[in-house]
Amino acid sequence: MGGLLCYPARMKSKRYETSAAALDAARKAGCLSDGIQVMVGGFGLCGIPEKLIEALRDSGAKDLTCVSNNAGVDDFGLGLLLQTRQIRKMISSYVGENAIFEKQFIDGELEVEFNPQGTLAERVRAGGAGIPAFFTATGVGTQVAEGKETREFEFPAGSGRKRAYVMETGLWGKLALVKAWKADGAGNLIYRMTARNFNPMMATAAEFTIAEVEEFVETGSLDPDQVHTPGAYIDAVVVTKPEKRIEQRTVRK
Amino acid sequence: MPLDRDQITKRAARELQDGFVVNLGIGMPTLVANHIPDGVDVWLQSENGLLGMGPFPTEDKIDPDLINAGKQTITARKGAAFFSSSDSFAMIRGGHIDIAILGAMEISQEGDIANWMIPGKMIKGMGGAMDLVAGVKKVVVTMEHCNRKGDSKIVKECTLPLTGLRCIDMVITDLCVLKMDYDKRRFRLIEVAPGVTKQEVIEKTDAEILTDREPLEMAV
Repeated sequence: MGGLLCYPARMKSKRYETSAAALDAARKAGCLSDGIQVMVGGFGLCGIPEKLIEALRDSGAKDLTCVSNNAGVDDFGLGLLLQTRQIRKMISSYVGENAIFEKQFIDGELEVEFNPQGTLAERVRAGGAGIPAFFTATGVGTQVAEGKETREFEFPAGSGRKRAYVMETGLWGKLALVKAWKADGAGNLIYRMTARNFNPMMATAAEFTIAEVEEFVETGSLDPDQVHTPGAYIDAVVVTKPEKRIEQRTVRK
Repeated sequence: MPLDRDQITKRAARELQDGFVVNLGIGMPTLVANHIPDGVDVWLQSENGLLGMGPFPTEDKIDPDLINAGKQTITARKGAAFFSSSDSFAMIRGGHIDIAILGAMEISQEGDIANWMIPGKMIKGMGGAMDLVAGVKKVVVTMEHCNRKGDSKIVKECTLPLTGLRCIDMVITDLCVLKMDYDKRRFRLIEVAPGVTKQEVIEKTDAEILTDREPLEMAV
């Protein structure tokens, strides 16, 4: 019994030496091939799994559908996968900063499904939580609601406030690539400041989730009260030295 | 004299109350932060996952992990909190934000808003705009009254694709302040810019608006 009181040595650490090795593990698990849906964390260039994206490019997987709030810039983040035409479809809320994206979209090479940002976040959260669909007021009466079921609810119940809501579906992928600050061998993650953004939801919504982190710590040294993503969601961890590019460097005058 | 962007946002800042949780849209609305009245302390929410946004950093305090929804480097004030995007939009959709101040391309007389795409132009996406107008308790629009061609941006019915239906509570322009009368489902003219007449606002507004009360002069 005594062995169960500490982190058992027989429990394998989820750490991989390189991003390529972690993606290989995903491939062996049947979660990396052409045509898959990939969930990618980040907001703009903040908190993106930048080295995992490079490794995904190098893997050569193509016809990908990427679920990601944004599409990077021309030469960084998901822009790298657009350059090599590995992405067939994007599910995003805002893609304004990318000229390659614009060209492929206008030329009809790239399909884009725009989601309101909160709807996108909730669709991923729902997918990861095993919820196939939900109703939201966001987008009612707009293009976003076209072709979707709309229903009136009194909410909160008994309030007399009736309103139309549109049904949105949960999202789920074969592979998720996320960026965190710290991880331990059990795969527990802690994010840093606004680099958290979409990462916690993306981490839950795939068959195989890889976390790119800046710091790997001994299992047991993260305060359990401070863990943002519990290790159950994480299949592989890679330590990298990210560039962390800034999109809009703004300083006080 | 029509107001400039600074004066429009100064008027908008007077809608803020002490302790409010506030979301400011990209562009002109961000200037509201420069005009928060003395004695009023608000929590600025940034939808990428921060409540308690501070000013822009000094050069030595720049951190790539700390940005606002416009992707600009910022700081977090004392008492700030970080959270995920789904928590952020739970806050927005769930009615926990007191006021959102946004820009717009068109506002309809019933309070519909269009501000995310122009057909034929590159579509960048709606970002968080649809969630904000659907979920925030009070939605205020700051914008120029007319577009560059001189046409009214306050119209009978929006011609551009909608961001939200019947969701705008107040419109503050370079000419006036309009406030929604929810029973009549029309905006009422409540204030005019110094030197602007009620008649001028009526002439420059395509929408049907209520002018049954003498408008006050905007304090700017």
